[in-house]
Amino acid sequence: MFFPISGAHISPIYLAIIGFLIGILGGFFGVGGSFIAGPALRAVGLDWNFAVGTDLAHIVGKSVVAAKRHRALGNVDLKLGLIMAIGTIGGSECGAQLIQALKRAGNVNLVVSVVSIVVYLSISLFMVWESRKTLSQNNRSGDAAKNKKADSSAFGHVTRRIQGFKIWPMVHLDVSGVRISLWIILLVSVVGGFFSGFLGGGAGYIRMPSMVYVLGIPTHLAVGTDLFEIIISASYGTFTHAIKGNVDILIALVMNTGAAVGAQIGAISTQYFAGPKIRLAFVPLPLIGAVIVIYTLWTGHKL
Amino acid sequence: MKKEAAKTLRAFLIELVIYALLVFAYFFLVLHFLGGWLYQLEIHHRYTYGVLAILLIIGQAVVLESVTTLLLRALRGRSE
Repeated sequence: MFFPISGAHISPIYLAIIGFLIGILGGFFGVGGSFIAGPALRAVGLDWNFAVGTDLAHIVGKSVVAAKRHRALGNVDLKLGLIMAIGTIGGSECGAQLIQALKRAGNVNLVVSVVSIVVYLSISLFMVWESRKTLSQNNRSGDAAKNKKADSSAFGHVTRRIQGFKIWPMVHLDVSGVRISLWIILLVSVVGGFFSGFLGGGAGYIRMPSMVYVLGIPTHLAVGTDLFEIIISASYGTFTHAIKGNVDILIALVMNTGAAVGAQIGAISTQYFAGPKIRLAFVPLPLIGAVIVIYTLWTGHKL
Repeated sequence: MKKEAAKTLRAFLIELVIYALLVFAYFFLVLHFLGGWLYQLEIHHRYTYGVLAILLIIGQAVVLESVTTLLLRALRGRSE
């Protein structure tokens, strides 16, 4: 099938299948899945700038489906999501501007690839360490979560210290059961937004772990709230990329047909797993993204 | 328990087949007619294209979510 906006020939079945797989991951982990979608779109000949912008548009649609399902399960903190959206939009604009500057300099592909690898590997290494430690602590203490939504973290002492910074104004998040400075929430969201605009996707691979480890939000709520927040921030990102000529909405629409089914399956599945297990299962995802980008750099193939 | 799982899986597979047929029709009818128009819009009216892109993807997501939910309910004979 020919997509005139990007000038690419791509099988719609391929796009729907990619959308379906990313939909499952997104619904389950609260991530955009750009570490898979980016390389998957590059593999069929899209340039990075089109892959980044188009993926953002696809993420909006998928997040609508998954967030709606998570809201029904009580996994969305609307107050936190709305506050984070403000910071994410600011950070996202900075990231998108950097992409434009790199496009003009002519080295966007190399820089984005290297940054992707560093970010993906760092997240994976940290999360594998934390979730394994938490699970072994839970097993030793014998209070392995009877309630699937019960959550704990080996990084919890650092989180409590962060929550202890009483910088005015303090925000009380009733749904999450957390009281924390507004500035810390904004800082987390600005950083996440920057990577969203720069590397593409909703940057859930940064924000979901940040919400758990920095803000102290329970994992199930972090997943659902992140998806809700992504709808707002990825919509803004889609618009800014669209006016810069980086979005092929036809490709995103086709991907979303598969994602609509996958996202519901993923969202429903979260209720069967405890927080540390979700975080441990999250680890291979950024690693896969890193391996694909390394392969691309190593072989020179357009992945 | 196994019976329930088998029923869910069968409903899901039937849903997938019906859904695939709908999507197949969607590819070749809707996108075929939208493609040229969106292409022209992307070239000449970027801001309108940006707004329309968001509305299209959100609108499609809401419709698809409703379709899949309705299909699943109809096939399972009860709400989830």
